[in-house]
This record gives sequence, C-alpha cells and structure tokens, in this order.
Amino acid sequence: MGASQSGRVPEFQDLTDKTGFSIEQLKNLHNRFVYLTQDEDTLRREHLENMSDLALNPIRRQIIEAFFDSRNLGQKEKGCLQEIGFEEFVTVLAFFKPPKPHIAEEERKTIKKEKLRFLFNMHDTDNDGVITLDEYRRVVEELLSSTETLGAETAKAISDAAMLEVASETVGQMGPDEFYEGITFEQFMQILKDIEIETKMNVHFWNLETMHCGK
Amino acid sequence: MEMKMFIVVLGLLVGSLMPIGGAASSPDTNTNHGMSEPGHHGLPKHGGEGNHTSNVKKIFPVLSFDYDHVRVPFEISLWVLLASLMKLGFHLIPRLPSIVPESCLLIVVGLLVGGLIKVVGEVPPTLDSNVFFLYLLPPIILDAGYFLPIRPFTENLGTILMFAVVGTLWNAFFVGGLLYGVCQLAGDDLALVDLLSCLLFGTIISAVDPVAVLAVFEEIHINELLHILVFGESLLNDAVTVVLYHLFEEYQSVGTITVTDVFLGVVCFLVVSLGGIVVGAIYGILAAFTSRFTSHTRVIEPLFVFVYSYMAYLSAEVFHLSGIMALIACGAVTRPYVEANISHKSHTTIKYFLKMWSSVSDTLIFIFLGVSTVAGKHHWNWTFVIMSVILSLVARVLGVVGLTFVINKFRIVKLTTKDQFIVAYGGLRGAIAFSLVYLLNSDQFPMRNMFLTAIITVIFFTVFVQGMTIRPLVDLLAVKKKQETKRSINEEIHTQFLDHLLTGIEDICGHYGHHHWKDKLNRFNKKYIKKCLIAGERSKEPQLIAFYHKMEMKQAIELVESGGGSKLPSAMPSTISMQNIQPKKTPQDRALPQLSKSREEEIRKILRTNLQRTRQRLRSYNRHTLVADPFEDGWNDLIKRKRMIELEKKISLMNNHLTVPAPPPDSPTITRARLASDPQAWGIKAGTESIPTIKVDLASPQTPESGNMRDGFGSKASQPKESKEDGGLVMKAPSLAKESKDKMAYEDDDKEPQRLMRCLSDPGPAADEEDEDEPFLP
Repeated sequence: MGASQSGRVPEFQDLTDKTGFSIEQLKNLHNRFVYLTQDEDTLRREHLENMSDLALNPIRRQIIEAFFDSRNLGQKEKGCLQEIGFEEFVTVLAFFKPPKPHIAEEERKTIKKEKLRFLFNMHDTDNDGVITLDEYRRVVEELLSSTETLGAETAKAISDAAMLEVASETVGQMGPDEFYEGITFEQFMQILKDIEIETKMNVHFWNLETMHCGK
Repeated sequence: MEMKMFIVVLGLLVGSLMPIGGAASSPDTNTNHGMSEPGHHGLPKHGGEGNHTSNVKKIFPVLSFDYDHVRVPFEISLWVLLASLMKLGFHLIPRLPSIVPESCLLIVVGLLVGGLIKVVGEVPPTLDSNVFFLYLLPPIILDAGYFLPIRPFTENLGTILMFAVVGTLWNAFFVGGLLYGVCQLAGDDLALVDLLSCLLFGTIISAVDPVAVLAVFEEIHINELLHILVFGESLLNDAVTVVLYHLFEEYQSVGTITVTDVFLGVVCFLVVSLGGIVVGAIYGILAAFTSRFTSHTRVIEPLFVFVYSYMAYLSAEVFHLSGIMALIACGAVTRPYVEANISHKSHTTIKYFLKMWSSVSDTLIFIFLGVSTVAGKHHWNWTFVIMSVILSLVARVLGVVGLTFVINKFRIVKLTTKDQFIVAYGGLRGAIAFSLVYLLNSDQFPMRNMFLTAIITVIFFTVFVQGMTIRPLVDLLAVKKKQETKRSINEEIHTQFLDHLLTGIEDICGHYGHHHWKDKLNRFNKKYIKKCLIAGERSKEPQLIAFYHKMEMKQAIELVESGGGSKLPSAMPSTISMQNIQPKKTPQDRALPQLSKSREEEIRKILRTNLQRTRQRLRSYNRHTLVADPFEDGWNDLIKRKRMIELEKKISLMNNHLTVPAPPPDSPTITRARLASDPQAWGIKAGTESIPTIKVDLASPQTPESGNMRDGFGSKASQPKESKEDGGLVMKAPSLAKESKDKMAYEDDDKEPQRLMRCLSDPGPAADEEDEDEPFLP
C-alpha cells in the first residue's frame, strides 16, 4: 500500500481543500474505497449493493443512488453516473462532515442549505425540482417497507397528510381548484427548519481508525 | 394513595400490638410512619376498650373525643393538606411565582411553621431519613424516570456520565481535602475533624440533587440539552455518592484507607450502578410482560406500573445498590412496552398519579427542610460553614470547566461557555444531602451537628441564591429556551429518514458508530422483545405509524374540544385540502346530468358559503351522537374503517368534477348527486354494520338555497326536518333499507370521527342504559 499511497498525496492535497477532510481522514477513506471496489479504480452500484450491512437498510436504494447522482457531485448536467472515482466518493461523503464549532452564522446557513439540498435530491428522483406526491409517497413506503404489515393504504394516508401539512404551512391559502405541484426546495427548507440539520446530519469522521477495512 | 393507606393500616396494626392498658404513650422505635415526634406515637387500639372491664356503669357516651386513636394519620393528612394549600396559595398571588421559585417559598413556609411550633412549646418534627428515602423520594424519581426523554438522554450519555462520575469524584475530593486543610489551619476544635470525615462531608455536599434541580429547572424552561445534562447528572451521581458514602463511613472508625479498599471501592461502584440498573430493568420487563395480559382488567393497570417500580427501588435498597438508578431503569424500560399495551385512560391515570405524588412529595420535602432547620441542633462555626459554601462553588465551576474541555473533543455539538455556566450554576444541592448527614451516627461523628449546619447553609444558599437568580440570568445570557412546537409528521418522517441515512453512510464508511449500534438495537428490539412484551397487533406497528395514529387522535380530540363553537379548528387555517394535492385526472364523462358552467359556479359558491353553517350545525350535534360502549380494542378497527371510507370518498371525488373540498362534510345534496354517478363507491359500507351502534338521524342541515337545489336533483330525501332542529333526532336500529343506508353511509362517515372522539374522551353511555325508542333531545 505504501507505494500507491505516496503517489496519492498530491491528489489528497487538492481534495483536502475541496472537501475539508484532513489528510489522515482521506487516507482512511481511500483505504475504505479500495476495499469496497476490490482494488478496481471506480466504484459501481453493484459494489455497494453487495454490502451485507446495507441490505437491511430500508432506504438503501436511495442512499446508493445518492452517490451516483450528478447533482450532488456539483456537475452541471442532470442525470446519474454509472461509476464514480474516489474524488466523487469523498465529495458525497463531505456532505456529512460536522460543521466546525465556531463558525459564522452565514457559513452555518450555507452548510445547512447544502445538507438540505442533499436530502432534497434524494427525494426528488426525477430531477424536476419539486417533490411530487408520488415521490413523497414512495419515500414513506420505503421507510415502512421494513415491516411486512400495513402496506400501501397507510403509506398513502401518511404521505397525504404530510403533503397537506407542507402545503398548509407554506402556501396557506389555495382555492379549491388550484393544484399544488409539489414541494419546492424553499418550502422544503422551511418545513425542516426546526430540525437542526447541520448538527444532526453528521458522521463522526474523526473516528475513522476504527474502520473495519478487513471485514 | 395505596401507600398512605398502607402506612395507616400498618400504623394501626403496630399500635394495636402494644401492651394493652397502656394509657400513656410509649416511644415506639419501630414505627415507620409519620414524622418522628418523640413521645407522640399511636396509642394502642385497645386502650379504649380497657374501660369495659370495670363494672361501674357510666352514662352511655353519646359523643366522645378520642384523638389519639387517629393521631398519626390525622397529622400526616394535615401536613399533606398544608403543603398542598401552600402550593395553591403561591400561584394565586400574582407575580410571585415568576420571581421566587416555589422551592424557596416552601422552605420559608417550613421555617415559619417550625418556628410557630417551637413558640407553642412543642418539639417540631424533623425529616426522618427513613421516611424521606422510602416514601418521599421514590415518587419523584419514578416520575422523572418514566418520563425521561430517551433520545436526548442516550445521545448525551457520555457527557452525562462524565459529569456524574468524574465530576462528583472531583468535587468530593477537592472540597473534602481543602476543608481538611482549612480545619487543620484553623486549629482549636476544628482540628478534631479528621480527613475521612472531611472527605465524607465533601461527598455528601457535592451530590447534585435531582429534587432541587427539577423544582427549579421546570420553571425556567431551558432548552432540552442543558436540561438533560444537569438532570441526568443529578440522577446518575447517586451511585457514586452511595459508594463513597459507605466507603468513608465504614472506614472512618478505622481511620485509614488502603489501596485495596480503593480498588474494592471501584468494584463496588460498578456493582452498585450496574446492579441497580439490572434490577430495575428486570422489574421493568416484568411489568411490561404483565401489562400484556391486562386487556380484561384495565382498572388495575396503573397499579402494576407503580408497584413493580417501587419493588425495584426497595429490592435495590436491600442490597445497598443504587435505588435511584433502579427506579430510573425500571421506568425507562417499562414505558415503551406498557404504553403500547395499556388503555388510553390508564395512561392518563399513570401520568396524573405520578405527577400528583411527585408534586406532593416535593412540597413536603421542602417544607420539612424548613421545619428541620428550626428543629435541629445546630453548631455554628463561621470558618467551616463559610469555607464549605465557597469551596463547593469553586469546585463545581472548576469541575465543569475542566470536564467540558475534555468532553468537547468528543462531541459534535460543543458545549459553549454559556452552556457551561448554566450547568455549573444549576448544580443545586437539596434534601438528599440533608438526609445523608442526618443518617450519620453522632458517636462516630462528633462534628455531626456542625456538618448539619454547614449542609443546611449550602442547601439554602444554592436553592435561594442560585435558584432565584438563575431565571434572570438565563434571560440575560439569552440561553436558548425549550421549543414548544409540536412535532409535525414531516419532521417525524425526516428524523426516521435521517436515522436510516446516517446508518447507511456509516456502513459504507465501514465505521461502526453511534447510529450503527442504535440501528442494531432497534432491530433486535423489534424482532424479539416487542413480540414478547406487546400484546397482539401492536407489536408489529412501526414507529411512524404509531406516531401517525397518535397525531390523528390528537386532532380528533382537538376537534371535539373546539366543537360546539363556531370557529374552525386551528389545525387548518388554510383552505388547502386533499383535493388540491391530488394529481389532476383527465376529465371523464360525467354520469351526472350535464350542468352548465354557470350552474356549477352557482353550486360551488352556495356550498362554500354554506360550509361554515353546516359545520357549525353538525358540530353542535356531536354530543348527541350516541354510541354503544366500544371496547377499546375496537379503536383500530374504527380508525381503519374511517380511513377506508375516507379513501373511497376521495376516489369518488376524483371521478367527478363537482369540486367540493373533502374534509368538511358535504351537504346531502351533493352526496346524492355523487351517489347517482357512482353508486359502487359506497359498496364498502357492509363493514360498518357489524358494530352495534345507535345511529342518530341528523336533521338535514339544509339552508333555503340548497333546499331548492335538492329538489332539482332527486327525491331521495328523507323527511325534510328544516322546521325543528330537535324534532328530527330519532334513533334507528342498525338494520336499514338500502336508500337510507346510502344516506346513513354519508352521515356515518362524519359520525365516524365523532364516534372516535367520543371513545376518546368518554366512552359514552352503555348500550343497555339507553332506551332505544326515546327521541333524544339536544
């Protein structure tokens, strides 16, 4: 591993500036990347789908998709990639970095907006900029999919109630004839403003030494 | 109140066991009831009967005075009454509760009462440690444990443990050691105090008291994080206090402590804390398991929760394990399973009983603290007392600052200076410290009275000075307050989504962190434990659905409570309804007779204006909806049925173009119109007849305008009862003809939520009590 690592260091330097991870963290993440791809150069969906840990997760499909979604990777064109390299891997993971403790209010807001944007992209699967009722319903169904009972009916009722709530809170008054297209990003930010996303949506990257690479 | 009855019965029994004929009261050291007033214990029951043995005939006593007979329970009740009246009185005085916290006022009252008793010449009772630990403390702790917010507690568990264990140790040794130094320096009688006594004193004085913390923090509504930090610390430091206390007390007579003793002390600490938790968890699981079978005896459900928890506390105390931790563990373990099993009313009962008992205990404790101050023997020593106050403050601040420095390296959400200040300032001492000193043996500890005085001073200082000033300080420092907002379903969905997302990311990174283990625990819980401990269907209900049910019920209750008035429920200030959200379907052929556009507009306008009135009138009929007493298990069926009906309604709505908003009930006009176009939408109705309900045929809420409409549409109307509102209410048996069934179906729909609401607030009259043929008057 030593030879390949020394060649990587200059790359890591760029990545540090771009993502905010330290060199140590990038090294550990790189080890993990190599482990996941089984020494290939790029990560494909199958690699993630073959992970046994992820199999029990009800929203694994969306998590995997998030890695290949070009919106998260800062690219201009919409759509998804088939395979990603280490840089993209780390870019997506950077969304889960905790914010530094003493940062300005503006920066905190930016970070919050980025994280919420990530969540929004996870829900908005057809890339049209709004979360429609169907998409939201699918989210609820997947969340409930880990239980065998109580299928579509309850999911529909819950997602309907949730959409109704969003519409009521954000738009307020609508005539009976108007149609509510879906949740836009601004509305999404508004309804979730009470959950402190910037503190909750984080993974402890400082503890990367405990990663089980050889699992 | 079973405990108090138990005390009374026990007291009577013990009293009656005393030798007959003893007219004078003898001090009974075995009584575990009442306030230990020397010389005033329950007289033997048989004392009065002794008169019958003499043969002199007296005049038959029509009225006699026998106070001693009921002295003890009478006095207990008097104290409780006094405490409650005091509490009542404070809140009646304007502005006082906002300046002075309740605990301070109660201590002052205690001082006054104690002074009064002393003036009268009697000996004021002191707070007996036994009474305190066995009867007054458990309700407060159980209340705290049962309603412990699990999520913030577990998220901050590391921090809380650090403060509780390391913080208390640091405080104890710092205060104890420095006090010893001061004592040696001061000389004269203070030099008699040896190191171990000082350390013991340090231990007692450094324990943050949950009762005092709760009393003060409850009123300042501070944000959840700080609240759980200080409160959690006060609960978990009990184990440390117990171990150190016993350690120093045991070896004080010997005079020295060896390394082995220290090592054993550490082992003892682990045993005490973990043992307490295990004992509590076992009783908690037993309680949960028992509650699985209580569906037929709902009335005694709360009793199981209380008794099992109290037994957990007592069992832990038998082995000198930490009773507080046992109680917390029992409450926290019991709650999720028991709540899924017990009825709604039992849940309310448990909540209110716990709050009531803990409130009474809390009040009594503070009053007695005041009385005991007057009653106790004091030995004031300026140096000792002043130094102990200063040192405890300094130790607390240093401890908190130092620990936070270390802890912040491991936390995502760092603790700011403001947070640290509040944590340090909120470390109040209270009655536990007092009782622990009181338990000390005066022979072993000759300076006990001095300790007592010092402890009381520290307690008074923290409760009065810190308790009173913390509220303005919180406002001054602009510390974040508790958010009162309700949880919306969106937030719930996204909290769950985030949990899974973070678990997934952790798995991808290969990092077994906080979320990973939490997820594993949840899965284990769901797969095995819930199946055992939760009865029937509820065991499979995922959390999101449970939350949704709860929300529905809450909304239904709100609807009932605002019913009868003319305002719409505040939950829906907007006019958005389901219909706005449903995706537009392409216009289909209407089975209705073709309406011209203008006609449609007219109908729509009329409906909209009528809606308010319709709603009002329908709402005022809520109370008249009679329901046969549904078994509580029938709820889920009702909710499901209601939902099915709603869904059918929505489907039929999408199928035709009279755009009527769904939630408000339609006037019969449109219902009949809809039925004409899509009769099979109501096919699902068969299910509703299985419940024996007494249906009330509401007077059709017609207005003159819509009355005209109706004639235009069809003649399916049952007798128009526009003339009298009350004349139209007649009870019908469940079996109905088809046409009226359809109409019933519609009314059934909006009666369903009303029926549900009735279930929730009050089961309503039982079916057999009603005379079915009597028209019900509003």
